[in-house]
Amino acid sequence: MFIELGHFALILAFAVAIVQTIVPMIGAQKGWSGWMALAEPAATVQFLLIAYSFAALTYAFVSSDFSLLLVVSNSHTAKPLLYKISGVWGNHEGSMLLWVLILTLFGACAAWFGGNLPPSLRARVLAVQSSIGVAFLAFILFTSNPFMRLAVPPMNGQDLNPLLQDPGLAFHPPFLYLGYVGLSMSFSFAVAALIEGRVDAAWARWVRPWTLAAWVFLTIGIALGSWWAYYELGWGGFWFWDPVENASFMPWLIAAALLHSAIVVEKRESLKSWTILLAILAFGFSLIGTFIVRSGVLTSVHAFANDPERGVFILIILGVFMGGALTLYAARAGVMEAKGVFSVVSRESALLLNNILLAVAAFVVFVGTIWPLVAELLFDRPLSVGPPFFNLAFTPFIVALAVVMPIGAILPWKRALIGRAMQKLWGILALSFAIGALVWVMQTERSMLAPVGIFLGVWLVSGACVDLWLRSGRGAIGARFARMSRLPRADWGKAVAHAGMGVTIFGIAALTAWDIEDIRVANIGEGFTVGKYEITLEKVEQVQGPNYFSTQAEMTVTRNGKHVSTLFPEKRVYPVAAMPTTEAAIDNGVLRDIYLVIGDVQDGGGYAVRTYIKPFANWIWAGAIIMALGGFLSLSDRRYRVAAGARKSAVPVAAE
Amino acid sequence: MKRIILVLVLLASPIWAVEPDEMLADPVLEERAQALDHEIRCVQCQSESIASSNADWARDARLMVRELVSGGNTDTEVLDFFLARYGDVVLMRPKSDGANIILWIAGPVMLLLSLGVGGLYLRRRRQTVVQAPLSEADEARLREILEE
Repeated sequence: MFIELGHFALILAFAVAIVQTIVPMIGAQKGWSGWMALAEPAATVQFLLIAYSFAALTYAFVSSDFSLLLVVSNSHTAKPLLYKISGVWGNHEGSMLLWVLILTLFGACAAWFGGNLPPSLRARVLAVQSSIGVAFLAFILFTSNPFMRLAVPPMNGQDLNPLLQDPGLAFHPPFLYLGYVGLSMSFSFAVAALIEGRVDAAWARWVRPWTLAAWVFLTIGIALGSWWAYYELGWGGFWFWDPVENASFMPWLIAAALLHSAIVVEKRESLKSWTILLAILAFGFSLIGTFIVRSGVLTSVHAFANDPERGVFILIILGVFMGGALTLYAARAGVMEAKGVFSVVSRESALLLNNILLAVAAFVVFVGTIWPLVAELLFDRPLSVGPPFFNLAFTPFIVALAVVMPIGAILPWKRALIGRAMQKLWGILALSFAIGALVWVMQTERSMLAPVGIFLGVWLVSGACVDLWLRSGRGAIGARFARMSRLPRADWGKAVAHAGMGVTIFGIAALTAWDIEDIRVANIGEGFTVGKYEITLEKVEQVQGPNYFSTQAEMTVTRNGKHVSTLFPEKRVYPVAAMPTTEAAIDNGVLRDIYLVIGDVQDGGGYAVRTYIKPFANWIWAGAIIMALGGFLSLSDRRYRVAAGARKSAVPVAAE
Repeated sequence: MKRIILVLVLLASPIWAVEPDEMLADPVLEERAQALDHEIRCVQCQSESIASSNADWARDARLMVRELVSGGNTDTEVLDFFLARYGDVVLMRPKSDGANIILWIAGPVMLLLSLGVGGLYLRRRRQTVVQAPLSEADEARLREILEE
């Protein structure tokens, strides 16, 4: 009963979404306030219906209702509760439901907190947002119904893929979707503004928090995914340039560009049409990501539901929304006349350069991701595009971005002098260069990776400090610190996010350059040396978990005779899914991770053992979290909280 | 469904680098071989290099790489060996011949193009200053925005 109601709620939500797409849009066009006002309760109702539907599915998973096909194929009674819940979105149908739940949550938030938007704009935004809901609800109901019943329920389920039985699954997809789908808000605002024919500073101020929020969630989601891969896959890789990862990375890059260009629209009323285009493209890349993950058109290690029919459906959705939005854009681009004027050297130009670098970097990732498809279809030449290509083609853009970032951050608006800006940066430039050179001299390899990475890391972090310091004005040091603490949170957010990027770049460079790897057969009781550590395989035991069997090793790590840590790497077998997994044991540290993996028993006795010393590994994700924190700080800035950007020039009365 | 399971099995196989019994005694050659492992794709797997796959094919390929490296072949010769047998699919770093040139120059060309367009836009913005000073209303509006 509960389940059928869930299904019914989904159908009702579909109907509400259709109404919410049509009625407020007509209302806004004709200026009928009653029709426009419908959008708000409709958005709430739509969200509540989907929330109920999602709750019903979760209930089915938690109570192990094996009359549902989805529960049978993805759950098992012996599975721990956390994974029963996260199993809801560990599959295609359930994850689509989560997708739509988040979509309607954003729509509802726009309805609840959009009180200061002009009614016509709000109606249009909610109508566009709802039209996305119509498309995806149709997709779920017609191709991926999660509420499919079985006539003869089996006694137990087939269990969830063991790799997904990890806290990572509980948090990584929801954050990723909050980011992906959050970009639908920017899209809706862009399309609504195009229909309205009005893009100004106030519009930028409304759209920016949504973009910022989506970007923050996407940052957290990508970082969680990367960290999950790092500890789960058993060799400590953190980024694979897999099509699905690229699918989340492209919207991240575009969203980063968008939230910077929206600043220019907000402060200087320039780059308007470019900002609108970015808002459309950002969501376009989200849709492409959804398509890549669910169509199976590109081979990827973590695609689920490789179903061509679904792929075609998503492709149609992508075509309709991108085609429609871009046509509208082409027709209306003329109305977005830029107002601000600025010289070639200015904050505006620096932000434009930031946008070019980020957008071209996203373009490179895009071309690399779809090239196997293009080459096979057009040139009849099946091929692979792997990490070596991306590392080579992508990295220069990020290096260039990092080099110009601290300079651009302190340039004044309108008109600036590079010389004057550099005067304030020579000190930290020399410092960064000196530290980079020191590393270059000290290291034994010829690789430039670590020195360049460290140069950029120091440059970005100290650049962020200089930025804050310059904003504190003049006078005594104490007074400047006091003023610094009172700076707007947006200023702090910017500096923190920029510093976070420095930390991540440093972490990636250091880990890649100084990683130590040791692969050997170890006998029980035998010690061996890796880097500065002595490692001993103490014993190996068979252990039984709730739904798996495990070969668990006990290994001690010492340094100069002093005990560092005792670690228990495992090799597990999940009998229901008949799948082995490795559970690496990691001793986390600020300066290094010790990463141990136990392998198979060898013919001559002993076990295959892998040891990795991963220097500064955690800095990669720490940097991402710092970036996200910067985003949150900026999001909590006063100007978004208080009277968030009431449009100063009079709103046309006709729209009321 | 079967395909999903297949994909997940491939995904689930513990991602394993080279096994101890495959390794060469000479650390210099082994290091070269491991670098080559990352350039060769496991053709039976889903976008993985032979360095990170434990499929049988990947194991055979790793042993082959080591045999070739020990036999005195250069890195290019090793890659050509695989290229001749399995075609472009086996290379993680696509060659830059024929249509693949598009792939390799797409980034730099796009960068030059956008810098060009961006530069033109900036010049136009600056010329606006000279040609058309702001109207009274715009000026007031601008001040208002700046004050916010």
